[in-house]
Amino acid sequence: MLKINNLHVKLEEENKQILNGVDLEVAGGEVHAIMGPNGSGKSTLSYVLSGRGGYVVTEGSAVLDGHDLLALEPEERAAAGLFLAFQYPVEIPGVGNLTFLRTAVNAQRKARGEEELSATDFLKEVRARAKTLKIDAEMLKRPVNVGFSGGEKKRNEILQMAMLAPKMCILDETDSGLDVDAMKLVADGVNALRDKGRGFLVITHYQRLLDHIKPDVVHIMAAGRIVKSGGPDLALEVEHNGYADILAEVA
Amino acid sequence: MALPERKESATELRLAGLKLPVGGCTDAARESALTRVRAMGLPSRRDEYWKYTRPDTLVQPEPPRAALFEDGETPMFGDMDRLRVVFVDGVFDPEASDDLDLEGVSIDRIADLCARDIHWAKHLYGKLEQAGQTPVERPFAALNTAFAKDGVAIHIAGRPSKPISLIYVHESETSDALLHHVIRVEPGAEATILENGPAAARFNKCMEIDVASGGKLHLVRAQGRDHERRAVTHVFARLGTESVFKCFTLTINGMLTRNEVVVELTGDDALAHVAGACVGDGDFHHDDTVFITHDAVGCESRQVFKKVLRNGATGVFQGKILVREGAQKTDGYQISQALLLDGDSQFLAKPELEIYADDVACSHGSTSGAIDEDALFYLRSRGVPEGQATDLLTLAFLGEAVDEIEDKDLAAEIIGRVEAWLLRHH
Ligand SMILES: Nc1ncnc2c1ncn2[C@@H]1O[C@H](COP(=O)(O)OP(=O)(O)O)[C@@H](O)[C@H]1O
Ligand SMILES: [Mg+2]
Repeated sequence: MLKINNLHVKLEEENKQILNGVDLEVAGGEVHAIMGPNGSGKSTLSYVLSGRGGYVVTEGSAVLDGHDLLALEPEERAAAGLFLAFQYPVEIPGVGNLTFLRTAVNAQRKARGEEELSATDFLKEVRARAKTLKIDAEMLKRPVNVGFSGGEKKRNEILQMAMLAPKMCILDETDSGLDVDAMKLVADGVNALRDKGRGFLVITHYQRLLDHIKPDVVHIMAAGRIVKSGGPDLALEVEHNGYADILAEVA
Repeated sequence: MALPERKESATELRLAGLKLPVGGCTDAARESALTRVRAMGLPSRRDEYWKYTRPDTLVQPEPPRAALFEDGETPMFGDMDRLRVVFVDGVFDPEASDDLDLEGVSIDRIADLCARDIHWAKHLYGKLEQAGQTPVERPFAALNTAFAKDGVAIHIAGRPSKPISLIYVHESETSDALLHHVIRVEPGAEATILENGPAAARFNKCMEIDVASGGKLHLVRAQGRDHERRAVTHVFARLGTESVFKCFTLTINGMLTRNEVVVELTGDDALAHVAGACVGDGDFHHDDTVFITHDAVGCESRQVFKKVLRNGATGVFQGKILVREGAQKTDGYQISQALLLDGDSQFLAKPELEIYADDVACSHGSTSGAIDEDALFYLRSRGVPEGQATDLLTLAFLGEAVDEIEDKDLAAEIIGRVEAWLLRHH
């Protein structure tokens, strides 16, 4: 599904290398977790995959289901099935949440040559999905993420993910800033989407999210590379001992 | 005080090409206005109030030629039930207009005021314009009072069932139109006036609006799309106790537009909202100059102006809130913002507050900036193509101004026009 090969990335504005050869492969149906110290390049990886400006790929490749991601515009990557749940979802004053969702859903359908969703079908689906995420009608009407609490923003990300039904979902610290109940809601939302045709890359600092979303593989990222990969136990090890031991071991 | 020589000669040159209409009951007002024009002189680039907008083409004797523009779109407000009052190059066209017959309203041509003995209009003509000349001079408005060739007096005594739609057709590439309307809203009456169309190669329009206690007037304007047209317009509004005046203007294209709105809140608890949205591409210069005076207790005023500029277009905003002594409990708000879609465009703003009362709440802000890159990326990451995402953010940017239109159908019509413009400019 997603194959990242020897990815090197530097900043556009300054000569600073952030990713130093990331190798990663996520197959359909799998959940991979990425853990790692702050500043190790996790968010950068998610941004580069989704096409945010400001970064230069100096080497390597990223392919999603045969699509050379790095050659595509952000919207084309989305239409190809990539989704990023942002660590910091963006507030967009003046654009209603529903309008935004509907525009996104139909833009992707159009790009894939599918028919647009009718207003009624769309509303029906949104309402049902919003309900399971405890997003009320009021929140759907408000401008995108404006005045949302941290937890509301993250649930809104999961709602978008559910509506867009991507093939490859990247979640960047979706658990940060959530209380236990909110995290459960988010995790349930993710688990409901687990499917053999869909891959997940879950970036997190904490084991507790992985208690709810059980990963198949856990990667440790440090200084812009995946330095160690293993099973779910690796996350427990991090939880108990921190990163120091692992970093020392691979150094 | 004698005028600078250059100013005097430019003014006289312009006046030489105009003929004072005589034989009506506006004669005295016109002569007084002409005297005032001579005393003030027409604007020049050196005038502080014209620092950001070159008045030359508005002053010169002949208007620069302006090609006619077939936009192929359905006419503005075309689907709405309205009373149409049509002017072609600044001259009333009875054939093209509906019968000026609407319950609660009477409409007469300025030329007919005497014959019909319409007192209120005779007294109003030139009066608010003259009052609006202090503390800042507005010579084009005085020029208009003196030389307006046509215009209507609209008397609103009830609540008409549909809007009065003033339609300005542009047919001659060299037309130089001067129109002057006077409007009186009686106590408790309420109406909507629409204006649209490019009007002329050069258009000088003046509107004097007197809203009595408890009256309400909604004015929604869409200035025509002819690329080469030039316009200077003035609205002078005087608001009585608990009256409401809401004015919204959409400007799409036009080489030069200067819209001045001068409002005097003279009765307690009156409300004035003046808003505008403009979108301009290339050789486009748009100037909103607004002056709101609070001269009564408990009044509210809002100025909301949004400009979308690209390809070297220029936007200007000069907005003032003057709170006179004793105008306590004033609530004044002013915002002017430009969205610059590229690095070539510019926005020049001069927001001003002048307050002589102590119990007031006034705020103002002015910003200009590019599209929010984070918002743009967020939308694109959800699959919305760049052009469409930019449009969505642009419409959101204009939202606060368009929201000032109370009638939802009118607001939708305005948004539709902006959407069409955005699509054409991808
Ligand atoms: N746009 C940027 N400008 C400057 N530094 C950046 C930028 N993006 C990332 N970095 C730097 O790259 C490193 C990795 O950041 P990030 O990907 O956010 O790490 P993580 O998500 O693992 O905490 C950090 O040192 C960060 O400061
Ligand atoms: Mg991060």
